[in-house]
Amino acid sequence: MIYYYDGSFDGLLCCIFDSYANREVLTAIYCDEDLQPTLFACRTIPTDSRHARRVFRKVAMLSHDAADLLRRGFLTCLPEKELYLYRLVVKLLRDGPGFLRNASDETLYPVLRAVHHLNGEAHLLKGFVRFSELGGVLGGEIAPKNRVLPILRSHFCARYQGETFFLYDRTHKEALFYAAGKAVIRPLEDFQMAPPDETEAHYRLLWKRFYDTIAIKERYNPKCRQTQMPKRYWGTMTEFQGDAYFTAQSSPAAVSDRGAPVGIPAPGTLPESVPSAPESAP
Amino acid sequence: MTMDVLEKLTILTDAAKYDAACTSSGGSRGPKKGYLGNTSSSVAGCCHSFSADGRCVTLLKVLLTNNCVYDCKYCVNRRSNDTRRAAFTPEELADLTIQFYRRNYIEGLFLSSGVFRSPDYTTELMIRALRLLRETYRFNGYIHAKAIPGTSPDLVEQLGFLADRLSVNIELPSEMGLKTLAPDKTKGAILAPMKQIQTRNQQSKEELVKYRHAPKFAPTGQSTQLIVGATADSDFHILRLTQGLYDRYRLKRVFYSAYVPVVEHALLPSKEVKPPLLREHRLYQADWLLRFYGFRAEELLDEEHQDFNPQVDPKCSWALSHLDFFPVEVNTADYETLLRIPGVGVTSARRILSARRAGRLQIDHLRRLGVVMKRAQYFLTADHKMTDGLRFTPDSLLRSLVAAERPLLPQPELEQLSLFDSAGTA
Repeated sequence: MIYYYDGSFDGLLCCIFDSYANREVLTAIYCDEDLQPTLFACRTIPTDSRHARRVFRKVAMLSHDAADLLRRGFLTCLPEKELYLYRLVVKLLRDGPGFLRNASDETLYPVLRAVHHLNGEAHLLKGFVRFSELGGVLGGEIAPKNRVLPILRSHFCARYQGETFFLYDRTHKEALFYAAGKAVIRPLEDFQMAPPDETEAHYRLLWKRFYDTIAIKERYNPKCRQTQMPKRYWGTMTEFQGDAYFTAQSSPAAVSDRGAPVGIPAPGTLPESVPSAPESAP
Repeated sequence: MTMDVLEKLTILTDAAKYDAACTSSGGSRGPKKGYLGNTSSSVAGCCHSFSADGRCVTLLKVLLTNNCVYDCKYCVNRRSNDTRRAAFTPEELADLTIQFYRRNYIEGLFLSSGVFRSPDYTTELMIRALRLLRETYRFNGYIHAKAIPGTSPDLVEQLGFLADRLSVNIELPSEMGLKTLAPDKTKGAILAPMKQIQTRNQQSKEELVKYRHAPKFAPTGQSTQLIVGATADSDFHILRLTQGLYDRYRLKRVFYSAYVPVVEHALLPSKEVKPPLLREHRLYQADWLLRFYGFRAEELLDEEHQDFNPQVDPKCSWALSHLDFFPVEVNTADYETLLRIPGVGVTSARRILSARRAGRLQIDHLRRLGVVMKRAQYFLTADHKMTDGLRFTPDSLLRSLVAAERPLLPQPELEQLSLFDSAGTA
């Protein structure tokens, strides 16, 4: 049996609820946006928050770890995550929480791996997020594979509790807004960062200079850098942006001394803008 | 005379880059109303970028000034070196830290300094800068400060209440080395502040038990750095020194820095010599074995074997000379024994312990538990069975292990490696 749901976490929990209510074994769970005509029997499940709460409470009663896995698993980019999570809950209800000890369990392992990937990405992004100040408000953009915003929320809200900030997720088209102690995550179809003012451009330049200078030329090792910090993160990081990123809106003239005289300019820097390019590391 | 901040930042970053320590691990500074920042709650610290040499960039690592009255032969900032000098004002430094922190460029500040006039004078300057940052700018993020050997104890005390971590760099692993290369420093002057920091940190923890709001003295402890390859000291000597520091001074970390020749000097390796990066890598691997795997320095090296085998990592090397210890049965071995298996790390050993309570483990479960089978398969059995079709002799074993490690080692030149490859996910 194939179930369609509205794409929300509660919706998925309702699919699980209804599969028990209707005594049906699910072979696929799809978001109703991907609704396709099919020869197989299918059903569209309405979301009922009371049903969702009952399922979640039951899972949490059996195991807090499983409840956490369920919540986090839903944020991952695992293909057909709904079905994996459904099978996890079915196994939990049938066999009890004992199998959760065994990370190599066939039902558990794919979910664990996906959650591990999500946690890893969120951990890296705690460091790799870059904010810009736009009229007193801090704004940043990320392009993660998993939906990390709910995980990053508490970290950034604690860190910048006196600030007003937002963080836009390009991949999932949603944004985290924080002001005066309150945070919300809302869908946001499109977002373009405004060009920097004088002050913002100045600090971006200072950071780029710091980054280029801190590397030791004799230890140049781009492979190690890329292992630690995969290229897909570079697009939203200040130190890898081109010239325009460091130019203030009000002063169209390009900044002449961008590259560090003693350092290794990061990729994204045009070679001709660096006076010392020949002697910098290959 | 006026130099803009960009220029100062360039000079003072360039002068600070040889210090290896750049971590923010273990901090527990919660958010505080009216203040900016906290320390990352994860145990592993938080890297904000990785520089072109593959090292983590966590903190704004700068010197307060690169003026120095000392003349340590190995150092770029020594008195006799003809280099541009600069100094931050406390305001400039505080503004940089705050603005970088707000933009999430950094996790905090790593403040070190050349010795300007005297150790006491320099430390007073550092205290003034940090106090401005903490009290006026209300910064609640991570601060790592350098304690300069020879500073009076009450200044170190003040510094410790402003910083999360203090470090005193030993730099040269033997007193001989100090005498010839750093004539202005003595072993006593380096160890005195270390002892003081350890004692004070311990006291502060006891006070915290009694009074909830007692001020914290360097809550994330202290670290130090050893330069590898500037002197003729062996790996065994360095590792035993490290072990002594962990045992006696309760250091959180010892960092190793492969010596990068910055100057021609009769007493130092020539400028042509490449930094000994592989050796540094092996020392870090051994350091992990000391801290998380229950190894002792004397097990890894001895008087006959003074240096690490460049071909295989220290743990494999130990396993190869203790073949009678293996194979280990993963269903019954205790945690300490599991940790001795090459390819099993702290995380995978814990997972094995947990998983075997749910049922008997088979060989094909192990990979999913995070065990690196290409190394581990030679040293373990699961349910009294080894990997199917595995045949080896002690000779071919060495060859297979060398082959397994080779892709991780840089070719043809030596480069820095990720420290976590063979040490597990500690």
